[in-house]
Amino acid sequence: MTKVILETRGISKSFGALQASKDVSIDLRAGEIHALIGPNGAGKSTLIKQIAGSLAPDAGQVFLNGQDVTALKTAARAKRGLGRTFQISALAMEDTVLQNVTLGALGAGASPFQFWRAALDDQAMRAVAEDALQRVGLQDHASAMTAELSHGQRRQLEVAVALTLKPRAFVMDEPMAGLGTEGSKRLTVFLDGLRAEAPILLVEHDMDAVFALADRISVLVYGEVIATGTVHEIRTNPDVRAAYLGDEE
Amino acid sequence: MTRESLFNIVMMSLLILFPLWAWIADEPFMITLATKAVILALAGVGLNIALGLGGLVSLGHAAFFGIGGYAMGILASHAQSYSPILESPFLIEGTKSMPVIWLVAIISSGLAALAIGVLSLRTTGVYFIMITLAFGQMLFFFSISWPAYGGEDGLPIYVRNGFPGLNTLDPIQFYGICFAILAVVLFFCARLAKSPFGLALNAARQTAERVETVGISPYRLRLAAFTISGMITGLAGALFADLNRFVSPTMFSWQTSGEIMVFVILGGVARLFGPVVGAALFILLEHLLGGLSDYWHIYLGLLLLLIVLFARGGVIGTFAGKGANHD
Ligand SMILES: Nc1ncnc2c1ncn2[C@@H]1O[C@H](COP(=O)(O)OP(=O)(O)OP(=O)(O)O)[C@@H](O)[C@H]1O
Ligand SMILES: [Mg+2]
Repeated sequence: MTKVILETRGISKSFGALQASKDVSIDLRAGEIHALIGPNGAGKSTLIKQIAGSLAPDAGQVFLNGQDVTALKTAARAKRGLGRTFQISALAMEDTVLQNVTLGALGAGASPFQFWRAALDDQAMRAVAEDALQRVGLQDHASAMTAELSHGQRRQLEVAVALTLKPRAFVMDEPMAGLGTEGSKRLTVFLDGLRAEAPILLVEHDMDAVFALADRISVLVYGEVIATGTVHEIRTNPDVRAAYLGDEE
Repeated sequence: MTRESLFNIVMMSLLILFPLWAWIADEPFMITLATKAVILALAGVGLNIALGLGGLVSLGHAAFFGIGGYAMGILASHAQSYSPILESPFLIEGTKSMPVIWLVAIISSGLAALAIGVLSLRTTGVYFIMITLAFGQMLFFFSISWPAYGGEDGLPIYVRNGFPGLNTLDPIQFYGICFAILAVVLFFCARLAKSPFGLALNAARQTAERVETVGISPYRLRLAAFTISGMITGLAGALFADLNRFVSPTMFSWQTSGEIMVFVILGGVARLFGPVVGAALFILLEHLLGGLSDYWHIYLGLLLLLIVLFARGGVIGTFAGKGANHD
């Protein structure tokens, strides 16, 4: 069996009376794209936050490379190889594009506790940053202010920052949202190649992308995983069709 | 060159030319005013690292200013009375050497900032403002109730401390020392803003979540920033005490914290020269308006209000436009 890189075991989380995660156990194996789909408010982002460490589960554990990281903070999980992109871009808007990716390179390699030499003069860091921009196609916007980027470009930048970390596993929360047909197609091709570097847990509403990319799909409804399987299995699953895909075909 | 760097060069030239003019025209009081402006600017430059780069609204920086001041006062008063500060378990004597006093001021205010930072940086927003204020007030009341060093009346020092090779009693020479320190610290801050640390701190102010997601703890960044910030303000406190040859609990008061913040806001938050412009303007207004009315703070308040409402970038923002706190 292929190696499990990332795993949740029995994750539960409630917000008052609302149970946003119900005993969620999913795993992400080396080399795969595991798509997480489900209707709005199903609890996809809530699960991602608990995996990344920005939200503590009420019960259950998160394992990264076989180690229980449930007690670790976000930064420590990132250091252990978890690369995350946000549904709503979390970027330093007053900084340039290059500064944003350099920040990623900084977290990945060097220590941020260097007070003298200019960050952008560090050749090693700069190479990592520029390479990441190149890969997502933002190389011509390196010196642009992040606030001036289009929505789609910000989504690309999110991915670029995650790339600088050279993660062992990616968790991406709707990276295609608002990209438009062209942008989605390009990102689909890119993610297709990326899975060879590190597996991707992909939350996505764009079903064309999901069906094109996913090795496996899990369907989340009201905080609960109602099915996990291959694209074919999920497309033909009557429960899933009733709960989520029904209105599509 | 950006308009802001041009502005900074003009400001730096003024800080050289004005005291030179006062020296030639034999106006020692003007030199003293300039010295005061430069020292207060230094205190503001310290705060600006926490406030401008880190987004940490500290209303307790008087704590560090006061600790620096009392470091000078305590060391110099013991040297002046030839009584050691501590005899056992080992001997610690007072000193009149400025470099030693500065070092003690920097280390003690840095340690205080580290301790206060550890206790307050888990909170944000209004709570952080209140906790830093509370620590400042704690030290204020402590200094009042500590009779050994003057208590409420403060502690006069009869001689100015010495610096190798200089006559520190000569206003222009003392000004030179203070100006040189300010210049060195500004240079350090300019480097800091562009360093990996500055990049990360600045990003943590905008989006802490992003910084965590790349594996950096915002808390540690802020703690380091707060400590460096306190060290610089503490050094300013030591110089301020030397300028006045007097330390008192006023240095610890919340009004002092407020004034340091006013320098930063007047001049421009997160601008390298913001506190310099702010402190210079403050001293200028105090000098011009203070003669007209005892209530000159009303006019200062009015100006501050106008700046906060209509010129968010302070004086520098108004002159040099929006923008590049780092390019
Ligand atoms: N901090 C919170 N406090 C209270 N309720 C919350 C909180 N965060 C999420 N929720 C609720 O939990 C449910 C799941 O939200 P979540 O954002 O995980 O959904 P999602 O599957 O990502 O939806 P979308 O597809 O719209 O992004 C929603 O009903 C949401 O309102
Ligand atoms: Mg979501």
